[in-house]
Amino acid sequence: MTYFLLIIGAMFVNNFVLCQFLGCCPFLGVSKKTDTALGMGLAVIFVMGIASVFTWLVQKLLVAAGIEYLQTIAFILVIAALVQLVELVLKKFMPSLYSALGVYLPLITTNCAVLGVAILNIQSYGIASAESLLLSFLNGVFSGAGFTIAILLLAGIRERMDLNSVPKPFRGFPITLIAASIMSLAFTAFSGMIS
Amino acid sequence: MKKARPNRELKMDVRGKSKIVANGILSSNPVFRLVLGMCPTLAISTSAFNGLGMGVAATVVLVCSNALVSLLRKVIPDKVRIPAYVLIIATFVTLVEMLLRKFVPALYDALGIYLPLIVVNCIILARAEAFASTNKVGDSVLDGLGMGLGFTLALVLLGVIREFLGSGTFFVGSFGEAEFGLTLGSLPDYSMSVFVLPAGGFLTLGLVMAAINALSDKAAAKRDAKHEEEGKMIDERVREHVEGELAALQSAEAEGAGASEADAAVRNGGDGAGEDEK
Repeated sequence: MTYFLLIIGAMFVNNFVLCQFLGCCPFLGVSKKTDTALGMGLAVIFVMGIASVFTWLVQKLLVAAGIEYLQTIAFILVIAALVQLVELVLKKFMPSLYSALGVYLPLITTNCAVLGVAILNIQSYGIASAESLLLSFLNGVFSGAGFTIAILLLAGIRERMDLNSVPKPFRGFPITLIAASIMSLAFTAFSGMIS
Repeated sequence: MKKARPNRELKMDVRGKSKIVANGILSSNPVFRLVLGMCPTLAISTSAFNGLGMGVAATVVLVCSNALVSLLRKVIPDKVRIPAYVLIIATFVTLVEMLLRKFVPALYDALGIYLPLIVVNCIILARAEAFASTNKVGDSVLDGLGMGLGFTLALVLLGVIREFLGSGTFFVGSFGEAEFGLTLGSLPDYSMSVFVLPAGGFLTLGLVMAAINALSDKAAAKRDAKHEEEGKMIDERVREHVEGELAALQSAEAEGAGASEADAAVRNGGDGAGEDEK
């Protein structure tokens, strides 16, 4: 049951983009078409899952060495290295997935959702037990899934919106932001579902 | 005239430098124009004071990292430049984090997770990559300052609007012992809390951006109209000039009709000669 609640919580109640404002740049920047949005979403799920595990391990090392204040630097380095590594491995062993994720992989390094999930995991689950590792991993994967849902929905809306005549000052980002606002309003309805 | 020259050059230089700063604040404002750094913009602008704090923190990081990146621009190899920039930025973010925790703990708590996330604020990396890596230290610092001020301005603007509508207060905050800010009568009782929620953040930013677009469109239209008028005046002058020339030409032709006939004869002769040669 804990896991079920965690999954629902990560995907809907605390949706990364619409409720916590993490990963807004790709959310607004890569949401013009549904297929690119899906590619970005999958890449984010992938990297967030792996990053959650690795940053958990790194935090354990940092605490053992007594240098927790280096958390930010260590995490961002681990994430950057990880993204590079994932890119290499995928290129070698899964070229089809690699070409599907394409240019989105390197972009993820500067996606604040990845660093955000790493820091939030440590804050909320700690590094005490093996269970916290599993919880961190699940939180990473399903927060990524929440991101994918949000970006896919927005991309769908934007594709339809291209066909409508929008007042000139609203064209481009303003109307996208307003659409996101209405989506966010809908997601606010989930809050309070899990206390 | 000659004496004034160095002075003028200096003035031009000052204008160029201030242009770098103004560029970040107005024409390529990172939030409203470049649409960078959306996460902290939307998340932190729930109150003007938080916006100001976030803006100042980001500006400090931006100026420092721009300076260091610019100093090291010839040392950092091209291939590892992004990780190097990220490392530089992360160092300054950690410093700012420690300073805030010590001196402004209220703000440290309010900024929460978004403080370490300055590392991945695209504005900072974008300026390191686009400006500091190819420009001199002084210019890079000014660029950082301009972009930082533009970011701060945007955050404070959004913060003021959202705080007023969402909590009915104006610039409430505390710095150390001092508390300040205005609570506007019984307005907090009638506040629309949606504006402090994420939905209100998206909405406010969208509306402000649309307003700015409309204003700048209007300004551009005005400028175009002015240009058109100037263009008309130039057209008029050109027409007058051409008409004058034409009139002069016509009178000249009328005077020397005989001469032109002679010209034509010469031309015919020339043609004939050409044919002969063939």
